[in-house]
Amino acid sequence: MLLMLIRRVLLGLVTVCIVSLIIFAGVEILPGDACTQFLGEYQADDELLAQCRKDLDLNRPAIDRFAEWAGGAMAGDLGLAVDGKTKISSIVGDRLQNSLLLALCAMGIGVPLALMLGVITGLCRDRMPDLIASTLAIFAMTIPEFVSATLLILIFSIWLGWLPGIVLTSASAPAAEFFPEILLPVIVLSLVMCAHIMRMVRSSVIEVMAGDYIQMATLKGVPYWPMVFRHALPNALLPAINVVALTIAWLLGGVVVIEVVFNYPGLGRLMIDSISDRDLPVVQSIALIVASVYVCVNLAADLLTMLANPKLRTMYTRK
Amino acid sequence: MTSVAHQKLQNGSRAAVIFKDLVSRPSGAIGLSLVIFHVGLALISPFVVPFDYKLQNSALMLSQPDAIHWLGSDHLGRDVFSRTLMGGREALLVTGVATPLAVIWGGFVGILFGLVGGRVDEVLMRIVDAFLSLPWILKMLVLIVTFGTGIEVLIPTLAFFYGIPVIRIARAATHDVIARDFVWAAKARGHGRVSIIWRELLPNVLDTLMVEGAMRWSWMLLAFSSLSFLGFGVSPPTPDWGLMISDARGFMSFAPWGVIGPVIALSSLIIGINLTADALAKALGIDRAQKAPM
Repeated sequence: MLLMLIRRVLLGLVTVCIVSLIIFAGVEILPGDACTQFLGEYQADDELLAQCRKDLDLNRPAIDRFAEWAGGAMAGDLGLAVDGKTKISSIVGDRLQNSLLLALCAMGIGVPLALMLGVITGLCRDRMPDLIASTLAIFAMTIPEFVSATLLILIFSIWLGWLPGIVLTSASAPAAEFFPEILLPVIVLSLVMCAHIMRMVRSSVIEVMAGDYIQMATLKGVPYWPMVFRHALPNALLPAINVVALTIAWLLGGVVVIEVVFNYPGLGRLMIDSISDRDLPVVQSIALIVASVYVCVNLAADLLTMLANPKLRTMYTRK
Repeated sequence: MTSVAHQKLQNGSRAAVIFKDLVSRPSGAIGLSLVIFHVGLALISPFVVPFDYKLQNSALMLSQPDAIHWLGSDHLGRDVFSRTLMGGREALLVTGVATPLAVIWGGFVGILFGLVGGRVDEVLMRIVDAFLSLPWILKMLVLIVTFGTGIEVLIPTLAFFYGIPVIRIARAATHDVIARDFVWAAKARGHGRVSIIWRELLPNVLDTLMVEGAMRWSWMLLAFSSLSFLGFGVSPPTPDWGLMISDARGFMSFAPWGVIGPVIALSSLIIGINLTADALAKALGIDRAQKAPM
């Protein structure tokens, strides 16, 4: 068990290392470097370019610079933005906090709702509540986020005037100031994640309820609801852990479109802005953070699943 | 070995059975009709649109829908209806080429490494994991910002990044097949790797790859329209739903018609593809709901 745990953590670390290599190599391979971006139209001046590269230490071999960057990142120092003055950790820190706030709010609404709906739709499969919820879920999952976001803004903030349609709070404002502006993005995000998790839970509830031991419990005379809660759900909800983990990773790294639509100052918008400005040091840092979150969350989910499932636990020990 | 002809006949009839099963499901029938409608529209729309998509008329700026301009006009006085009809062409062209490419390269690499196994496979999977842990939009935008937003950049970029998750799926499907008797039999008969991949593994992995391809198509379309929406996809004045929504969003409070046409068109196409993929998975006997979304 302990060995397996160590193995998984090591594999996760290896993945993060490969990610950092890919990020660094990607930036190296692409045409242009920090100096051509920093100098902009002045890059034609060879003297300036050479001076800048000397200042930024770009003449050293890539391996050296990678070691320095990766070492700094591990110690929490992400280096400087392309302007050579701003510390990346201070820019990224605020944005990460805001993204975290958005993700937490969306999860707070989405996950419980999804679990509830998933169980209900799974238990009354192919009946009215299931058909309605499943159809709505298909819509929520498939319609592009910017489309549903645009429609919600149109309905709730333009036609009905209930909620503000755009976030005007500055990036470094305390969390409380984001209410009520944060509500619409939270609703859109929780709709999407709710639909994904719900479908997963639904199919897993259906599968478990068809199992032999549920039939056994029914035959033994266990009443319906205690059977559902004590026998079926603990097994049915296990696979949900992984989907919830994926959704968390997605919430922390991939909600670029939503953040742009609502003008929300999170990590996603910083990513777009810095890609447009070609501020590659910031892009590198964000990529590294998001990838590490993804790996950690998935690792945590796998471990949780294993801890909760005796079958998997022994399977891995035997190996 | 009359099996070649026999197999062909069987394959033909199997495809027919699956197709019948597909269209007999309400989701399959609706989904497939939507997809066919949109593909057909993309092919004929340049010949049937009432107005030129790039014709600007300042007198008509943001004018309301009427008998001539059914969906009104946009901020440059262009006919929204004509632009909506043509707005899917670029998206369907790019994703229609990139999806098969992604499935082919991802599927091939996945099957190959599933077959080879061992250290090489382990290393490759770590690299795949690493790629998957980066947000899609970041990977793509970095390439697009560097190399431009033409189709010649978008197609390979989408095909490359959307092929990576296919590697995983194809590899897992190969692992399911590889321990079966007929693969051992082929190995015992002395067939080479190519022959085993082509004749034993591929036919058995194909079902999974087809469903995966249909799903990839809808995700790719989503990605493409999101890129357009963010301003990194189609360049104006080419009509594109994502771009149209993004342009019309600013005038939404007094001219919502600019948004509604492309919203309905884009949503119906993506829902159509998803319904088809769902029905296809059920017709082929693959339960997709069990898989986590990516």
